[in-house]
This record gives sequence, C-alpha cells and structure tokens, in this order.
Amino acid sequence: MAQFQLKIRRFDPESAEPAYWADYDVDLPPERSVLDGILQVKDREDASIAIRCSCRAAICGSCGVRINGKSALACNTKMGDAAERARDGAITVEPMGNMPVLKDLVTDMEAVHWKKVRRVVPWLLPAEEPPEGQEYIVPAEAMLDVTQAMACIHCGVCVSACLSMEVDPDFIGPAALAKAYRFVGDPRDGEEEARLKDLAEDPHGIYDCTHCFACVEVCPKDVAPMNQIMRLRRRATGDFGIKDGNNGYGHEKAFVNIVERWGTNHEAQLLPRSFGDGSLVKGQLAPEGAKQLTRELPTAVRGLLSGKVTPRKALLHPKLPDQGQVRRIFKEIESKDERLELNLYIVGEMAGEETG
Amino acid sequence: MPHHDVLVIGAGLAGQRAALAAAEEGASVGIISKVHPVRSHSNAAQGGINAALDPQDSWESHAFDTVKGSDYLGDQDAIEIMCREAPNELLELEHLGVTFHRNEEGRLGKRAFGGASAARTYYVADITGQAILHVLYEQLMKFDDVYRYEEWFTTALVQDDEGRIAGATTRDIRDGSMELFSAKAVILATGGNGQIYDPTTNALICTGDGIAMAYRIGAPLMDMEMIQYHPTTLAGLGLLITEGARGEGAHLYNAEGERFMEKYAPNKMELASRDVVSRAEQTEIDEGRGFPDGTVALDITVVPRKRIHEALREIVNVGRDFAGVDITREPIHIKPGNHYVMGGVKTDIDGQTDIPGLYAAGECACVSVHGGNRLGANSLLDTLVFGRRSGEHAARAVKGMAVPEPSYAHLSDEERGIAAIVGRNSGPRRVSELKAELGRTMDKYVAVFRDEAGLREALETVRSLKEEAKDVSIDDKGSVFNQDVLGALELDFMLDNAEAIVMSAIERKESRGAQHRTDYPERNDDDWLKHITVSANGDEPEIAYSEVTMTKWEPQERTY
Repeated sequence: MAQFQLKIRRFDPESAEPAYWADYDVDLPPERSVLDGILQVKDREDASIAIRCSCRAAICGSCGVRINGKSALACNTKMGDAAERARDGAITVEPMGNMPVLKDLVTDMEAVHWKKVRRVVPWLLPAEEPPEGQEYIVPAEAMLDVTQAMACIHCGVCVSACLSMEVDPDFIGPAALAKAYRFVGDPRDGEEEARLKDLAEDPHGIYDCTHCFACVEVCPKDVAPMNQIMRLRRRATGDFGIKDGNNGYGHEKAFVNIVERWGTNHEAQLLPRSFGDGSLVKGQLAPEGAKQLTRELPTAVRGLLSGKVTPRKALLHPKLPDQGQVRRIFKEIESKDERLELNLYIVGEMAGEETG
Repeated sequence: MPHHDVLVIGAGLAGQRAALAAAEEGASVGIISKVHPVRSHSNAAQGGINAALDPQDSWESHAFDTVKGSDYLGDQDAIEIMCREAPNELLELEHLGVTFHRNEEGRLGKRAFGGASAARTYYVADITGQAILHVLYEQLMKFDDVYRYEEWFTTALVQDDEGRIAGATTRDIRDGSMELFSAKAVILATGGNGQIYDPTTNALICTGDGIAMAYRIGAPLMDMEMIQYHPTTLAGLGLLITEGARGEGAHLYNAEGERFMEKYAPNKMELASRDVVSRAEQTEIDEGRGFPDGTVALDITVVPRKRIHEALREIVNVGRDFAGVDITREPIHIKPGNHYVMGGVKTDIDGQTDIPGLYAAGECACVSVHGGNRLGANSLLDTLVFGRRSGEHAARAVKGMAVPEPSYAHLSDEERGIAAIVGRNSGPRRVSELKAELGRTMDKYVAVFRDEAGLREALETVRSLKEEAKDVSIDDKGSVFNQDVLGALELDFMLDNAEAIVMSAIERKESRGAQHRTDYPERNDDDWLKHITVSANGDEPEIAYSEVTMTKWEPQERTY
C-alpha cells in the first residue's frame, strides 16, 4: 500500500460555480491504476464524482482523461508512474481536451469525436456483390494491415491530444482519419479513390495534420493514428496522383525532391516548390502558384522574422556531407515493389527476434 | 412519448444484431443503451466465433461438442439451430466488413479452442468481439429508421393491462430526465451479471439489469445456478486472459512445475471444457500445489513470439500493463474467476420469453444453448444467431399491430422511486460497501465448488443485503450524470440476480457443468436432467422445472 494525492478537476453544470480542483487521498499499491484510485475515492468518500468507466482493462475506451496534463486512459496509467510524473506530488486528473465538458471528467464525445467519425463514411462500400456462399478472398497481409486501425477503441485520447485540432476545431482528426484508413486499406472496399479524393480536398482533411506525433504518443492501443494519416497521403499521391486544392500533393513532392537533392529540408524552397508539384521553376511560372505564393507571403515574412529562414540560408542551403548515404536510402526505397509500411501491430517491437 | 415498432435494450452484439435484423425487416427500431454502444462488454470477447465452415468439419460435430460441453443440460433443438446457422452468420459478418484473419490462400483462417473436436474458431487477432461490435455499429448508421439512445438507462419494463409488453421507462443519463417509451415489441440484450462477483472478468456495467427487469414482471429465469468460472483470469483484478492463449498452445503448470492437466483431461489437456479446467486448477490450489498468491501458471512462452504478437497482442498488453509480466518471456499467474452466466431469461428458439412481446437474446437470455457450461467462442455465436432471430421474429410479429399507449402512471411511479432515492437522508451504508460484500460472498460460496451450508450462508447474506439496499446512502443529488443513483438501481438489479442464482444452486442437488456440489459430487441424470427456473411470485421467488429438449444425443459420461 502507498499513499497518493489525487487532484481532480470538478465541474457541476447544475451549480453556478466554475470548474475547480478538489484534493483526495488514495491508498493503493503503486501498480494499481489511476482509475482504481478515482473509484476508491468514489466508493469511500464522494460518489458524485462523474467519470465514464467500464472494463478496467483498456478495452472499452470509456475512461479517457488528462493525467498530469497528458491525455491517457485512467485504467492503464499506474498510480506509481503518475505520481512520479506529478509536478508537486499530487496527481492531477482533468477531462480530455478539444471536447466540451459535461460534468467532472465526462466530456461530450458525440459533439466532437463521433461527428467526425460519421464524416468519413465509416462503413464498408463493397466493390462488388459478396460472393455467394463464401467469403471475399483477400490477402492475409491486407487484413492484418487494417487490423491496426481496427484496434482503435474510440477512447478519444488522441483527439484530446491533437494539436492541429486545437488550432482548427474542424480538423477531421486522428481517430476519424485512422478509421478512414481502415476502409481505404481494405481490399473489399470499392471507393478507395473517391474516399482519398474527398479527404485530400477537404481543407480539414489529411493535409491538415502537422505531423506532430502527439496522437502516436498517447494512443493506448498503438493504433498510431498519424501513421494511418500518412498512409492515406501516400496512397492519395503515390497511387492515385490526387492533386488537391490544399496543395498537399505538391508539398509532399517538394519535400521528397528537396531531401533527395540536399539531404535535409531547404526551408526557403519548400513553399515555392510546393506550388510546382515539386519543381521550383514550375512553381514560379504556374499562374495559380504565383497567386498562392503571394498569398503565402506573410508566412515567408514570419519565417524570416523568426529566424527559421535567413537570407543566407535561403540562398545557400548546405548539402548533407555524405550524399552517397542519401542516394542509398532513396535507391533502397525505390527498389521495393511493396511500399514499406511500418506496422507495429503485426511485427511487434521485437520483430525478427525469434527465440524458439 | 417516443415510439418504435421494436425497442432493443442493450447495444452489444446481441442488441445491435437484433436491431439490424429488425431494421432489415422494415421495422422502426430504437436502441437504448446505458453506455455508448462501442463501450459494450462484447468488446471483451477476445478469442473468436465458432462455426463449422470448413467442408472437413460439420455442424453436427459442433453441435455434439456443445451438447457435451453443456453437460447435457443444453436444449438440443436450439443447439442444432445455432450450429447450423453459424457458417452463414459468419459469412454475413464478413460481407459486412469484419476483418477476419485470413490464411495464405486469402480464405478465412481459424484457431483451436477448448472443448472442440476440430479447430473452428474464426477471429480478428484477439479483438474479435470489438471488431464485430464496431462493424455492427457502422452498419446501423446507414439506416434512417434506427434511432440510438446512447447513455440512456432503462429502469423498468412496461406492460399493458393484458400483460403484453408495451414499452419501458428510462432515464437520460446526460440530463436526468425520465421518458416513457412505447414499443410493440421489446428485445432485452443487456448482457450478463458478473458484477455480483468480486473479482470478475466482467465490466462494471455488467449488472444483470435486463435479467432483473424481466424477472420483476414475471418472466421465468432458467439455469441461473450455472455460473462459469473462466480458467485463466488474473489474480486480484480478475482480468481475462483469452482461451486463445491455450488454443495457440500455452500450457498450465502448478507450483511444482507439473503440467497438471495430464491428471484431469489426458486427451484434451489444457483444451478441455472450461468447467473441467477451472475445477482442476482450483483442486491444485486447494491441495497446496498452487503459488502463494493462490494461483497456477500459464506458460505462453511455448508459442512462437511472432505468432503471439500477431494473434495474442491484447494479452501482451494486459500482461504488461496489469500484471507487469512479459508473457513472451515468462509464465503469468492465473486462477479461475467469474466470467459468464449460462442462465438468464428463459426464451424459445426465436428469443420469445413467457411475457408476450418480450424477447431476450445474448448473455441475458437462456435459450438454452450453453446448459451447464459454455464452450469458448460459442458466446459470440449465441449473441449473433439469437440476436438476429429475435430481431427478425419481433419485426415480423408486430407488422400491422396497433401502437401501444402505455400508461404514464408507470413513468410517475419510476420518477417517484428515483426521487425518493436521491432525496434520501444519508443511510447507514454506501452502495460500494453493499456491492463489495455481495461480491465477496458470491465468490466465496457460489463459485467453483459449492455445498449446502455455504449456499445457505450466501442466501442469508443476499437477503439481508436486499433489506439494507432499501436504505443505502446517496451522495449525488444532481441530475446530470448522476452515477450514484444509477449505482443504487444497479445494486437492486444485482441482488435480484444473486438471489435467483443462489436459490437455483441450492435446489440442484447434483454436480453438472459449472455447478459442482461437494456434498453431491456426481451427476445424477435420473433426478436432475432438467432445467431449474425461478419466477417472482410476489416477494417470494418460486422454483419450478423445465424439460431438457433432446434430439440426437443421449447423455454419456463426460471425459476430455
């Protein structure tokens, strides 16, 4: 047994009071969960604390909260670990972010998360009538591949942590886009291209993700939502050449071309090349590109002012010393017939390390 | 007053499958669930779903395994239906989008499970229940005439003056408002009651609500004494380690390093029926050959690491997060723990209960396909086949029927009842205390091994808890997400379930399936090859019997 302090963010919508912090003592072995701690407080002291919870085993996805500011499931965060990371000794527990709070630790997932899930047409649209009396025949790897997205329990923890959604509340978001990949990657689905086009054209779609890894870090089921978004992008650009109004296609191409040439990102050329599908010349000649570049001028000015881009760097971007290595990486990837997909769900962290 | 042709209560696999079937028949459907549908406990069904789909296999073989697994208490007509319809049900789910595991030819791949004479368990990694649950949720979004009432708590079933079902009373958890629903048919799909035990593999929401609500309006409950203890649960918390682990080849050892199943089931070993394996483990533990924490060891390290990551990944997480054990490198300590109720609301093969218009499907129902012991991977099948049959039957039966107009008196009764609970001055004991005492009592006396004295003790405790529950204290006086008052209502439901379980266990004076009486250690087909039912008769529950339906399979001695 050990003593812990829990600091829970309370909010009662029926009172006139704003949200406030309340302190509670918990008496549990350190390997027990923060949810067990909250339930102990409810059982012993105050049963009016509201938190959704059910399975206690990170399966049902009910108990998403923020613990010491970090989005997580309360049931698979250990008291001992949380206490170690607590700033002044007390473990703080507050409702998830990016969603309205209904009471205490309960958020309105319907208003945000489920609405976004419905946005991606979340059901299979089969390419053909199901075969009579038997299953669709599809590659085993394809089913395993979408199983990673299938493993999502819709807890909302990634939505809570998503920085893009904080800036753009209309961003479809990590969970719903991972759900979209589950259909895009399913060989039985017949609308792969239409789905990709839709998600690429939407200004709040796949190109609204800033690649910050927050969702990958917090996901309790290793769904790695951002990886699913990147796979959507690769399919949209690589497989279907979808040139979207958000210029995501050109941006991606520009990035690849720049890295191939210099080994690192050439910040000053990224924007102009993005408007020319990767080419600097085309980007400056294309009438649409010129217009957009003018529109993006403030971004360039901000870059200069912040020091992210200096006039010197803009003109003379240094190449990485060993260009052979860069070429080797590109050659390696281009020589593969199959796309290299990092799917931790299948191989596990210890892939290949077979011990009888 | 919201009205639907078919009102489904509960949105796990049975409920959503019933709703889909009813919607496909053209009925307007309402689904009420006290949690968001994807939070339902069907999620926790890790292992898979049984179906004799392989041409080398046969539905008769599946049916015989199920009959034998049930210790001959299962109704064979219902078992035949379930096993015959299993392959089509499985294919339909695949066509709807479930990402079932494929073999090298791209066909559905399968794994072995306990009590089965052939490998016939189809699966999605070890998230089979979750995968199917999500696909059903997706499918239901496509219908305009399917209304979901997510986070609504049903407090009681409502009948008309003739005793036919007419609707239900509910509380919207988000704002505490009460509503009376009118429905031509009601399908209960509220799941099991594992929370009356501590520990249990069941989620906190599994409080036997539907079983108790049906019982209160006179529907008989059947086979309630048959409570399954799963052989592999974590000590303490009671979390589940899927039977799929043993299906993939994991072994059980006692503290002396002996693979003890050799003594109890020399042929099937770890893959004997669950009741057999749980009794073997408990015997080892009781006779001093377990570990000091009252467990035996499950060794999954014999399964290749890549296969573990591919097929048992959830168990890797559970071991790491909840037991601090890397199951790919070391054995994990486990023990038998409460898992499933074979009994429930008595139904026929179309899910109809004894109350006209009231159906039940899934764990809250007793068709009975599981009899004395359920085989692993037969529960998903049960929920889907009988969920669909209930939905279809209900939708067809109510065509052309007039819309019932249940009396608002039912609603005001419920409102008054809840207001009285909320307004109560602080009682002597808390909901959590009563629930903990109930859980301890059931796990002590109504578990793997039982006897008359212990069961009497349990009955006395349950009855005194019922009295105390009338005056339990409530902290939360609010309307929005008042989980405290819902906890008090659930406690009442749980106590009704517990009373029926203990009374049935006292009544059955033999050992069969999950009911092992140390004072009556043998199966006694002459006197007890029959179902026990419990009905509410005023305040006094009434015991009766029901015949077991036999078709092809005469009772034999049961060995594995």
